[in-house]
Amino acid sequence: MTVTTEFAVEKHSDHTGAKIGMWLFLFTELLLFGGVFILYSVYRYKYAQDFHIAAFELNKVMGAVNTIILLTSSLTMALSIGALQRYNRKLANIFLVSTILLAVLFLVNKYFEWGAKIDHGIYPGSKLMESSFNYGENLFFGLYYSMTGLHGVHVIVGIVLLTVMLYIINKEPGSVYVIEPKRAREMEGSRIMLGKNASTNPQDIALIDDTVRRVEISVRHYNTEKTFDRSNIIKLENSGLYWHLVDIIWIFLFPLFYLIT
Amino acid sequence: MAHQEPEQHIVSYGTYVLVWLGLLVLTGLTVAVAGTDLGNFSVWMAILIAGIKSLLVLFIFMHIRYESQLFTVMILIVLFALVIFISLTFFDVSYR
Repeated sequence: MTVTTEFAVEKHSDHTGAKIGMWLFLFTELLLFGGVFILYSVYRYKYAQDFHIAAFELNKVMGAVNTIILLTSSLTMALSIGALQRYNRKLANIFLVSTILLAVLFLVNKYFEWGAKIDHGIYPGSKLMESSFNYGENLFFGLYYSMTGLHGVHVIVGIVLLTVMLYIINKEPGSVYVIEPKRAREMEGSRIMLGKNASTNPQDIALIDDTVRRVEISVRHYNTEKTFDRSNIIKLENSGLYWHLVDIIWIFLFPLFYLIT
Repeated sequence: MAHQEPEQHIVSYGTYVLVWLGLLVLTGLTVAVAGTDLGNFSVWMAILIAGIKSLLVLFIFMHIRYESQLFTVMILIVLFALVIFISLTFFDVSYR
């Protein structure tokens, strides 16, 4: 005889709470970059002419291309979240992979840009900078390397984060449902079958008696095209928030370093 | 089985693409403006355009337009703190 017992599973999620948490973290990032922006503005105010001259060394086209790359990656990020919100996991994957690739492309450009500059002997502490650059120009390049470098570190973190998200939104979610003592009493005397062939193998049948305190049932979900763990959406949204912040910081870095000639 | 999530505002793909186009146009504008000589004004122009671009990203890409007011208030508090830091720093630097 088979007795069916119903049990409800509560899965708590707090969309707004998760977002507030992410925003609080973003505020610390904002203040971190805000600090170096203040440093930049004070030195630019004091050495306006030197900053002017030094900025000629930067490649405007390279900077503009990187801006377009980052803006586009922000678009694909937003589209990826939009696709997941519509339960279209396949499209979300395509856009998420595009975002990651664009982020890598940004870093590749950055590598060539920094590389060219270092080849020309322009890097903090180089002979050229110490001998023929004046104080303000040295400050400009010091700030250039530290600020675009700090931003670059954030891009790397973003790539790692988005790659982890790519795994998370595609992995098959497993859940453990726990039947607490009160509910477990209702099941007393029933048997729990373990494994597919439990009906033919008596050893796999466990009897629930008063020694049982807790019943844990592990359920394996399989993702289909339309159904998957919905709690992943908020995770992807929060990762997107981080990525957009990295974009906003670059939106300010680009004109402040490349376009002040 | 899981709690039903509160219904979320879903932004159309078209809106995102429009915002992206706007951002590209503004990038072109900031490059173009940098080419002309506006004197001291060019710094403020660059910051103004960057500010508009950030607002576009903030409101649409980062969904602030569709979230509760709480987020706007929190962001304003942080920006206010930054403005205090910047103004106090410049107050110090200018009158030293």
